[in-house]
Order: sequence, then structure tokens, then C-alpha cells
Amino acid sequence: MRATRDTWLIYQRSLTLSLRNPVWVIMGILQPVLYLLLFGPLLTNIAQMPGFPPGGAFNVFVPGILVMTALFGAAFVGFGLCDEMREGVVERMLVTPTSRVAMLMGRSLRDVTLLLAQALILVGLAIPFGLEINLGGMAVAFAMLALIGLMMSPVSYVLALVLKSEDSLAPVVNGLTLPLLLLSGVMLPMSLAPDWLQTVAKFNPLYHAVAAIRALFNANYGDGEIVVGLVVLVVLAVATIALGARTFSRAAA
Amino acid sequence: MNTAIETTNLTRDFGKFRAVNELNLRVESGRFYGFLGPNGAGKTTTLRILATLLPPTSGTACVAGFDVAREPQQVRTRIGYVAQSGGSYRESTGREELAIQGRLFGMSKADSQVRAAEILTALELVDAADRTCGTYSGGMRRRLNIGIGMVHRPALLFLDEPTTGLDPQARARLWEEIRKLRDTGTTVFLTTHYLEEADALCDRLAIIDHGRIVAEGSPDELKREIAGDVLTIGVNGECEKVVELLAKQPFVREAGLEDGLVRLYVDRGEEAVPAVLRLLDAQGLAPLTMDLHRPSLDDVFLKKTGRSLRESAA
Ligand SMILES: Nc1ncnc2c1ncn2[C@@H]1O[C@H](COP(=O)(O)OP(=O)(O)O)[C@@H](O)[C@H]1O
Ligand SMILES: [Mg+2]
Repeated sequence: MRATRDTWLIYQRSLTLSLRNPVWVIMGILQPVLYLLLFGPLLTNIAQMPGFPPGGAFNVFVPGILVMTALFGAAFVGFGLCDEMREGVVERMLVTPTSRVAMLMGRSLRDVTLLLAQALILVGLAIPFGLEINLGGMAVAFAMLALIGLMMSPVSYVLALVLKSEDSLAPVVNGLTLPLLLLSGVMLPMSLAPDWLQTVAKFNPLYHAVAAIRALFNANYGDGEIVVGLVVLVVLAVATIALGARTFSRAAA
Repeated sequence: MNTAIETTNLTRDFGKFRAVNELNLRVESGRFYGFLGPNGAGKTTTLRILATLLPPTSGTACVAGFDVAREPQQVRTRIGYVAQSGGSYRESTGREELAIQGRLFGMSKADSQVRAAEILTALELVDAADRTCGTYSGGMRRRLNIGIGMVHRPALLFLDEPTTGLDPQARARLWEEIRKLRDTGTTVFLTTHYLEEADALCDRLAIIDHGRIVAEGSPDELKREIAGDVLTIGVNGECEKVVELLAKQPFVREAGLEDGLVRLYVDRGEEAVPAVLRLLDAQGLAPLTMDLHRPSLDDVFLKKTGRSLRESAA
């Protein structure tokens, strides 16, 4: 099928280019590594406080860091697209019969590949700090990280296609990611927050993702948040992919 | 297919601004057709509509036998489009760009490699083939971009200002490449604001200004519309008076003022020059400069729009 073949072609091209100049990939992992090294140890003491969820400090902290990495990894991909637009690459490809869904999915799957690689490195680095691993839970957790990527990267691409320049894109992406991050319980569990903040956070898909991934890392497979998180992410990812494909097919105008 | 492009009242608005205004075009297959006009005339906008990048506000365009709005996918498989600015990615190599383009047009991996090598050889880019495009000179990059547009051997190629920004040498080199397309029977539709380029490459021209076609024909036909010669005279002040005086003379078909120069369209230049000198002398005026030449496309443009293309293009 044309869309599948084209997705594969765009995916290969995008991944090759990303790896040729991996500065963004490295930058993307530097920040979470610093959090892990310089902020994580702080939590070992807070973990004794009432209200802190069960599980070791790093089993609570690392899921948050992973979600943050996925969020940032995907939210800023529009900058790369702005660059391609400026070079006329997007327009050139729009005049080919290439599937418009593929133009989005090829890039988004590249983004997911890179953020999963980053997540894997982070998990590896966190083990010496006391992160306890269970493989089944981690596999589902990684699937959820992939879904976060599939949900966020089309949003970033849509914004890039509409705004067309890095300068207009930067404040919008920052304005979007910061509240998502703060209201997700990435740094500290939302269970420490006052009631009203917890209520607001429940409208944030990433809040559920963090909760679900914490449950998975702690092998609490019965936790309802896992299903809630999966459903929320799948529904939103489908919606943003549809929006992204539509925007690509009208990008020319 | 005898008609490569046909538009009917093709119009495109951006908000309240009409960039392309009721364009009626017919381009026959195998022709080199030029779209000549100053910056902002609507050339790129027209090209983008024809290449399925931009929907028309009203009117229709048929390209390679298919309506651009209703069957864009059919159009896309049959045309090549080389944008005014770019197309290749600076971090990809020339070979990669050609190969992926072939793949996107449905070629197998092996075919796309063969075709990429073919084009690299034809455009003399073999030595640079595996370097990233960012390291290419302006002329090389432009050649590559045109090569990318030809990977799938389209019968119709759109070139938007193919040589803008290139030095004269690189421009001449590129003209040569474009001329070679004649042998393959390719229809070329190119835009330019260089008169020399339109003259050098095109069988037929449409002169476009403010989104409208103001003249259409072969370069010779267009020049012949301005029968006779063009005489430009530089005078020290009192230009209007001189124009008024000369406009009355029977040997002057038309007189006007252009960029501080008096411009006369005359039947026979060699007779007009002494006559003009006598007339000016009688008024106690001496011309600072005088230039007699055969009508150029610039004169055609000037006559149709009241402005010089060289000036508006700058
Ligand atoms: N996307 C757009 N939005 C608004 N105005 C546009 C857009 N594209 C072109 N224009 C305007 O339409 C006119 C024609 O532009 P263009 O077709 O690029 O001219 P040319 O290629 O002949 O220089 C210009 O005045 C330009 O500013
Ligand atoms: Mg233009």
C-alpha cells in the first residue's frame, strides 16, 4: 500500500538525517540525565513523607522523567519541520504523489524511535541509583511513551505547518508544554498537591500517563490508571494523527 | 496530448488581494513557455496553482490533461516542479536527494539509484554526489534541484526563476542544461524576470503584471508589435516640454518619459535622429545622451505596463 511504503521511505530518510546530526538527540537526553543525577537524589529523603506514593524514590521519579523526555522529545519536532520548509523540501515533496499521511507518520515514527532510545538509556542509567525493573511493566510503559510521542509530535508538526517559522513556534510550544508538565506530577507526585490542583491535573492526559507508568514500574498491574492512561493516549494519538495528516494534505495553501 | 496546460479565468486571492487575475493560458506540448514579469506579478502563485500546491480561488486549470483541483494526484505523477528557492536539504547528499525522489515516484531502490547516477552524470555533479548539498555552490545546488525535478522523467517541467541569484557564468551553464530538455520533448514552463532569459530560452511568452497577462506571443512577435526603433534621449531639464514637442512630429509614433529619459518609438531611427537633433537645436536644447536600438522585450514590457521591467525587477 502506498501509505505504508511512503511512511517507510520518509521514516528512513528522517532517521538517517537525525542520526547524521544527532545534536538534538543528545540535547534531548542531556536534560533528563541532569535531573536524574542532580534532582533524583533529593527525592530519596522526601520519599519518607506522608502522601508520597509507594515504591522506591527512583521508581516514582524515573517514570516522570521518562514522560518528560517523551513530551519534550516530541513537542519540539516542529522546529525540524520549519527547517525543512525553509529549505523547500516540504513543498518539493508535496508536488510528488507521496501519501500525505506518510509525510506525517514517517516523521512521527522517527520521533518515537528516538525518544524510545533516549528512554532506554535513561532507564539504564537509573538502575545504579536503585530503580527496580520488571520487564513486562516496562514494555507496556514504553508503549505508552511511544503513544505520548504519537500524540505530541503531530501537534508540533501541525503548529509548524501553520506558523511556518521557529520564532512563532517557540512561544506556542513552550506555552503548551509547561502547563502539561507542571500538571502531570512529573517532578513530584500530584498526590502531594492540594485538592483543586489535583482536580485540574485530571484533565491532563500526561497526568494519567505518569500515574500509569508509575504503576507499571511498581508492578501494580491492577491499578485502574493503567487502562485509563492507555485509553486516553490512544484516543488522543488517533485524533492528533488525523489532524496532522489533514494539515499536511492542505499544507500547500 | 497536445495541450500541456490550459487555464480558464484562473484567479487566486490572498484575503482581499488578487494575486492572479482571470488568467487564460494555453501551452502546447513540447514548447518552452515563459512567464515574464516583475517581482510580485503573480508568477510563483500561478505556478503553485498549476503544480497542485495552491487551490485556485476561482477558475480552472488543466495540467497534463487533468484538473488540478479535482485530480491533483494525477497531475503530480506527470509533472516536475522546481521551486524558486530550494528543494534539496542541506544535510542530505545530492545522490540521496535524487534517489528518495525517485522512490517517492514509485521507483524500486535499484532503479532510483541508477536514475540518480544518470542525472548526476548528465549535470556533472558526480564529484559532489556524496557530499551534502549544503556544501554546493549556488549553481550546483540549482542544477541539483532541477535534476530532482526531472528524476521521474516528467513530460512537463515547471521551473520557477531557475537562474535568479546566479552569476552570469552559472546562468549560462544552466541555460544550456535547460535547452537540452528540448531533445527529450519535455514541455518547460518557466518564470523569469530576466528579459534575456525569456529571449534566450522561450518559444512563447506571456508577460504578466499585477496578476494579469498583458501580452502573449513569441518573443519576435512581441517585439514586432513595436514596429520601428526605439530612441531614448537624455535632456537637461524640461523633459515634459521635449516630449510634448516631439510627440507632435509625424515621424514619432509615440513619445513618453521614462526614468528621466525621453523615449520615442519611431518608424526609422536613422531618419529620426537628425530630425530630433534639429528640433532640439531650434529650442536651444542639446541632448546629453541619445540611444537608438531595436525594440527589446523591455520595450514591450514598458509599452504594455508603462514601467520598465529592469526597474521593477530591481
Ligand atoms: N501566501 C501568500 N499570502 C499572501 N500574499 C501572498 C502569498 N503568496 C504571494 N502573495 C502575494 O501575491 C503577490 C504575487 O506573488 P508571487 O506570485 O510570489 O509573485 P512573483 O513570483 O511574480 O514574484 C505578491 O504581492 C505577494 O506578496
Ligand atoms: Mg516568484
